[in-house]
Amino acid sequence: MSSTATTIEQAVPPKAGPRAFAKRLRDGDEIAHLITLLFAASILLITSLLVYELWVNSKQSRAAFGWGFFTKVVWDPISGDFGAAPFIYGTLVTAVVSLAIALPLGLAAAIFLAELAPRQLSDGIAFLIDLLAAVPSVIYGLLGIFIVVPLMRTTVGPLLIHTVGNVPGIGKFFKGPNYGVGFLTAGVVLAIMIVPFIISVSREVLLTVPREQREAALGLGATRWEATWKVVVPWARTGIMGSVFLALARALGETMAVTMVIGNDPKIAASLFAPGYTIAAVIANEFSEATGDLYLAALIELGLVLFLMTFILNGLARILIVATERGGGHPS
Amino acid sequence: MGATHGHNATAAKLAPQVRMTDKPYAPSEKEAQVRFQISNLNFFYGAKQAVFGLNLQIPKNKVTALIGPSGCGKSTFLRTLNRMNETIRNTRVVGEIMLDGQDILQMDVVGLRRRVGMVFQRPNPFPKSIYDNVAYGLRINGYKGRLDEHVEHSLRRAALWEEVKDYLHKSAFALSGGQQQRLCIARALAVDPEVLLLDEPCSALDPVTTAKIEELMFHLKDSCTMAIVTHNMQQAARASDFTAFMLDGKLIEHSETSKLFTTPQDPRTEAYITGRFG
Amino acid sequence: MKRVLLIWRKSLNIVMLTLTGVAAFAVVSVLFLILGYLIFNGWRSLNWDFFTQLPKPVGEAGGGMANAIVGSLKLLFLAAILGLPIGLIGGVYLAEFGGKTFAFITRYTADLLNGVPSIVIGIFAYALFVLPVKHFSAFSGGVALAIMVIPITLRSTEEFLRAVPNSLREGAMALGASKWKTIATVILPAARGGIITGMLLALARVAGETAPLLFTAFGNRFWSPGWSQPIASLPRMIYDYAIAPYDDWHRQAWAAGLVLLGLVLIANIGTRLVLSRGGGGRSA
Repeated sequence: MSSTATTIEQAVPPKAGPRAFAKRLRDGDEIAHLITLLFAASILLITSLLVYELWVNSKQSRAAFGWGFFTKVVWDPISGDFGAAPFIYGTLVTAVVSLAIALPLGLAAAIFLAELAPRQLSDGIAFLIDLLAAVPSVIYGLLGIFIVVPLMRTTVGPLLIHTVGNVPGIGKFFKGPNYGVGFLTAGVVLAIMIVPFIISVSREVLLTVPREQREAALGLGATRWEATWKVVVPWARTGIMGSVFLALARALGETMAVTMVIGNDPKIAASLFAPGYTIAAVIANEFSEATGDLYLAALIELGLVLFLMTFILNGLARILIVATERGGGHPS
Repeated sequence: MGATHGHNATAAKLAPQVRMTDKPYAPSEKEAQVRFQISNLNFFYGAKQAVFGLNLQIPKNKVTALIGPSGCGKSTFLRTLNRMNETIRNTRVVGEIMLDGQDILQMDVVGLRRRVGMVFQRPNPFPKSIYDNVAYGLRINGYKGRLDEHVEHSLRRAALWEEVKDYLHKSAFALSGGQQQRLCIARALAVDPEVLLLDEPCSALDPVTTAKIEELMFHLKDSCTMAIVTHNMQQAARASDFTAFMLDGKLIEHSETSKLFTTPQDPRTEAYITGRFG
Repeated sequence: MKRVLLIWRKSLNIVMLTLTGVAAFAVVSVLFLILGYLIFNGWRSLNWDFFTQLPKPVGEAGGGMANAIVGSLKLLFLAAILGLPIGLIGGVYLAEFGGKTFAFITRYTADLLNGVPSIVIGIFAYALFVLPVKHFSAFSGGVALAIMVIPITLRSTEEFLRAVPNSLREGAMALGASKWKTIATVILPAARGGIITGMLLALARVAGETAPLLFTAFGNRFWSPGWSQPIASLPRMIYDYAIAPYDDWHRQAWAAGLVLLGLVLIANIGTRLVLSRGGGGRSA
């Protein structure tokens, strides 16, 4: 049999691989590989160290309160009794309020930009909205204190109390004394801060929906709105969900703007006008003055909780957004 | 230049499965020396084999053309000659490739690539000036001599000097496609390679530029051995001294260009060059 | 009946589409409102004193934020020299050398670190650099900011390096350049514009951060020499002054807000303009 069509078994691979030449010029490459790898690995080191420090430094608090920490409604530095419930409540409430405002607003704006606006206008506005996302938190806080709070106290608050406050059911959220600060104000300020994220991600996701989808719907006699709402948006549903998760993660972790307008009162209250507290806000306010190791440990444990919440949310968000990019919008 | 129909009587008696690769075409000593001697070359992309038992010689100071249908392995084979395939993961070379008697697989790859240069299908000048593009290879190899002269010399060999001599510091991207390709040739020539590998260098260019490049290849022969992969059989017939026809990763036939195109020995060669497939 | 339905559908169409336009308009208006209000209030409060004077004692009018401006610059400087090289070189790894699994994990971790609330990063820096020595320092604040800079720079460097076409890599290697030489002499220069803008954007982002500084750099009403003293920063001053009961401090907070926002917006707009002109090597 002719020997030229060598079968794989017969062939003896010579030392043709790169390893054999590691001694010479390739050494430069191996070193470069190693150095760059070390630098990249530092991210893993930093993140692990972060989790470690949070865990270790909250030990005292975890040991003292255990799982009950999450349900206790008390926060008493003087007697050393700490519970996370008011802060978890405040964090969640403000986040929900902000989403309730930002999601419809953001999605509507994204639809406008992706479907209706001419390309140049859409790009221009998207640019401006990206700028909104770059505004530092403390500046939103500044505007919150001097614009939103007075507005809430004098105009919007009373209006809501007299209208929605009288509706049975949800009315209980809109009753009570109104000082301008509180859950609702914080929620509004947060909404302004997260709406750019929802808009920019949703807009991009909507733009990737293939035009054949729109055309199919329109060809069947749907109105523009029907085609958009019933075909395009559902196609992009996963990505939009991803943007919501991202915005939510952002809302949970927002510190400065919230601290400045929430009232800083560790209580759980039904009224949205009541002053409250979030995890990030209490850490911001009390950390540098915390006396005693238990106090500090409790605050750090709160930090750990916050970390985990955003960690999970961000992870989910990435998965959803990647899923849209890959799967072309088909619901999983 | 078309192929005549019908093969000679000997070929007709040969059974199709006789592999011409058993008997590599070897020009006699006085005809040409050999630059590359390839023996029993097998190439794998992971588990998939792309080149099967190739035996070939690339004669010195001649142009050897590699032709064959898409996917026959000619580009893959060409890229083994300067070990460019090593930049792709999971590839494996089995066999012997001798450059002037030295096994290139045992050589330092950086040194090899200086001796064996490559021009790619699409022009890929660096985002630098024309001058810096040509000087690049010299600089990274530590050349300490007079750069200006060398750059000019390389641009002349690539037939580009007259067109760019007043614009050497302009960006390479300011040139047209054909000029960029000649710039890439100049860049490859700047390091004085013994062999120049060209992987379908004219496929993205117009006929006028193609003719220019074929002409400069003719003039380069004296100082440089060339191997060119081409889809264009007319180009192979015009510009090369020897032609190798590949199919499905195997070398089917290899002989002097004029002989291969007028009296191909293998029926598959004839089928390809007469356009029955590929 | 059909006709009524059609009219309903058509009206709904117009109403909803208009609403989307209104929403977009509203969001953009908010931006201009912010800018307008800030410019209005901040501009009339800006004076030469603001940039040159130290803060006056509590209750006294006047003074400025010179120490906070310098402080912010110092912190940014530290964040830059600590964070940018790590992000850059790590980005080179991910784009040019990365194997599949390790690179994936690193990338994912970078994105997650990016999403960690900045106050938690502050706790981290506190635990590492404040707790052991029991006092606040500019160094710990700089480190906190550096930690935030790293993942941003890493991902943007990687993205711009990947955008460089492979044909350039092959061209260089075919000339006998080793891998690291190819990266240093061809790839990095080609991606230079984008990488630099990525770095500037990362710095602009951390320049406005307050939370991680609250218990690391803390704050200072005076100059802060060296790196181991607490140090003032612009965002921190804005916060302190805004929540205080003094009108004069409010005025100064507006001025500071304007300066801070101005710098952040200039960095963002400037870099985006440069990028869109193809300076990032994205086109090709």
